[in-house]
Amino acid sequence: MTIELFLQTVVNATYAASYMALIAVGFVLIFGVMGVVNFAHGELYMAGAYTVVALYADQGFPFFLAVAVGLVFVGLLGLLMELALFQPLRDNPLGGLIASIGFLLILQTIAVLGFGVRMENVPPSTQDKLVLLDGAVLTYQRLYVIVAAVGLLTALWLFLRKSKFGWALRACAQDREAAVLQGMSINQTARLAMFIGAALAGVAGALTAPLVSPTPFMGHSVIVTAFIIIIVGGLGSLEGAVLVAILYAFVHTFVTTLYDGTLANIVGLLLMLAVLVVRPTGLFGAKERA
Amino acid sequence: MPKPETNTKTLWVLGFVLLAVVLIMLPYLLSFSQQEILVLLMINVLLVSSYRLLTLTGEWSLAHAVIMGVGAYSSALAAKQLGLPVPVSMLMGAAAAGFLAFLLSFPLLRMKGFYFLIGSFAAGEIIRLTWKWSDLTFLFGGPKGIKRIPPFPDILSIDFYEPVNYYYLCLIVVAVSLLILYRVERSRIGLTFHAIHWQDKLAESVGVNTFRYRMLAFVISAFFAGLAGGLYAHYVGAVAPNRFDVEEMVYILIWAIVGGTATFYGPIIGVVALTILNEVILRSFGVDEMRPMFYGAILIISILFLPNGLGSLLPKIKEWFAGRRDKSAMAEQPAQ
Repeated sequence: MTIELFLQTVVNATYAASYMALIAVGFVLIFGVMGVVNFAHGELYMAGAYTVVALYADQGFPFFLAVAVGLVFVGLLGLLMELALFQPLRDNPLGGLIASIGFLLILQTIAVLGFGVRMENVPPSTQDKLVLLDGAVLTYQRLYVIVAAVGLLTALWLFLRKSKFGWALRACAQDREAAVLQGMSINQTARLAMFIGAALAGVAGALTAPLVSPTPFMGHSVIVTAFIIIIVGGLGSLEGAVLVAILYAFVHTFVTTLYDGTLANIVGLLLMLAVLVVRPTGLFGAKERA
Repeated sequence: MPKPETNTKTLWVLGFVLLAVVLIMLPYLLSFSQQEILVLLMINVLLVSSYRLLTLTGEWSLAHAVIMGVGAYSSALAAKQLGLPVPVSMLMGAAAAGFLAFLLSFPLLRMKGFYFLIGSFAAGEIIRLTWKWSDLTFLFGGPKGIKRIPPFPDILSIDFYEPVNYYYLCLIVVAVSLLILYRVERSRIGLTFHAIHWQDKLAESVGVNTFRYRMLAFVISAFFAGLAGGLYAHYVGAVAPNRFDVEEMVYILIWAIVGGTATFYGPIIGVVALTILNEVILRSFGVDEMRPMFYGAILIISILFLPNGLGSLLPKIKEWFAGRRDKSAMAEQPAQ
């Protein structure tokens, strides 16, 4: 491996880590607060990407406006899921997961009916790029993703630490019943968590749309990645999710570059299975939830 | 009251005879393409019933589609590469699926609930990606899978390439399998599965080795899923990794949940009802690409409004009829 290829792979892995972290943190937030495994998380990501396809590639609106609309739109989709599905099914332990599978199929079909099954080609919003030393290249398109991930995740972290809502969210994630006993509204907190979690997936999809050629089925690989990160990082641990997203992105990108993509996926899944067997609470999980 | 009991027994026997007659006559009432769907429906009935056996212990697996694929791939390879006769290779495929479940139960059955769900998903995906892996293309055929799988041989000059004849073959295999699954559920073993589902700590405290029983449920369920895979592989003649992906798994889940796993017949009602709806409504209106949305909506509606599945409707209907009969019987009695 030449130094140039090595540097380029590091750059690629940093980009992959950024969007994986955005997706995984939202997924963990939803699971932590509501105890629901949102199987449709990959399709929320897909919905974000298709917002950019519709507004930016088809209608010619500015790229960042389309991304902003994608963030809000997918956040509202999450809110819809919470109100229509997760709230009525709060007492059914597998109910939320099953309902989210139904929602996933509906979102997928809407994308197929609206845009067709073929790959969408989204032109890049900018041709500029940074050339790092030794010739490794970082396009601005990828830089946006990295900047957005760092910015949004820092904002989320401050929100969770400093604001009253953030405290309520964390309290619900730690112990739902105790939080309710303290007078917090579980439904209100869940709506907030669902909006934030979905919006993070949406913005990841919107920003990566020019880089990945969206298809209606792009959510599949995303949900697998999210599973791996959430399990290895520990259910309900946001910091764990970010750290493991970085770790997994580097492992996956390097194995893909050195060997091939299928092997990289197998390695990721084996890693997850090993963690499940040896330490089911994950590397950063505090304790097992009942 | 001994009399009503014999009545219900004769009713059951009559019902089964009627069902058998309908199942035997059915292919002659259908078109060629509908006969082909009927064969796949029979295979899916076996698949979803085998899945239910595992859910008896309270575990929901996401590897069942892949385990069916293990049966399909093993049977196809045994027939094609080793040249074994197809009926033998099918049984070998089923045994391979069962053996794989035995091996997988060591890591997977250390987990429960959500962890088992995700763990089984990971294990299934690893197997599926191994089929896809380019370095093993010489064996599994990569993403394109295995083609030109030998068909079921003619027996007594019955041509099993014909969907009608293959349907009868499936009917016999599935009927025998369902009988075995039913007997297992009604045996001591099946009762222990129920005990593990509802009171695993209590079951352990009275000396039940829960790990062994969960393993047994996993292995039996995998064996019949593998058998379904073998029936599928030698009928369609080709298998590919994507045939056994998450989406197929989702359909198995939908059949089981819409039908309801509380009863033996629930998942069967689920798969039959959804297949009929699918074929009649979607295909006849030519909106085949809406199929996932249709399934998704049905899944959401049934989990919201009918969480115990279609199977839970049957006792209610029975009660309703019984209630009416009681009322009319009461009305007939002269008021005193």
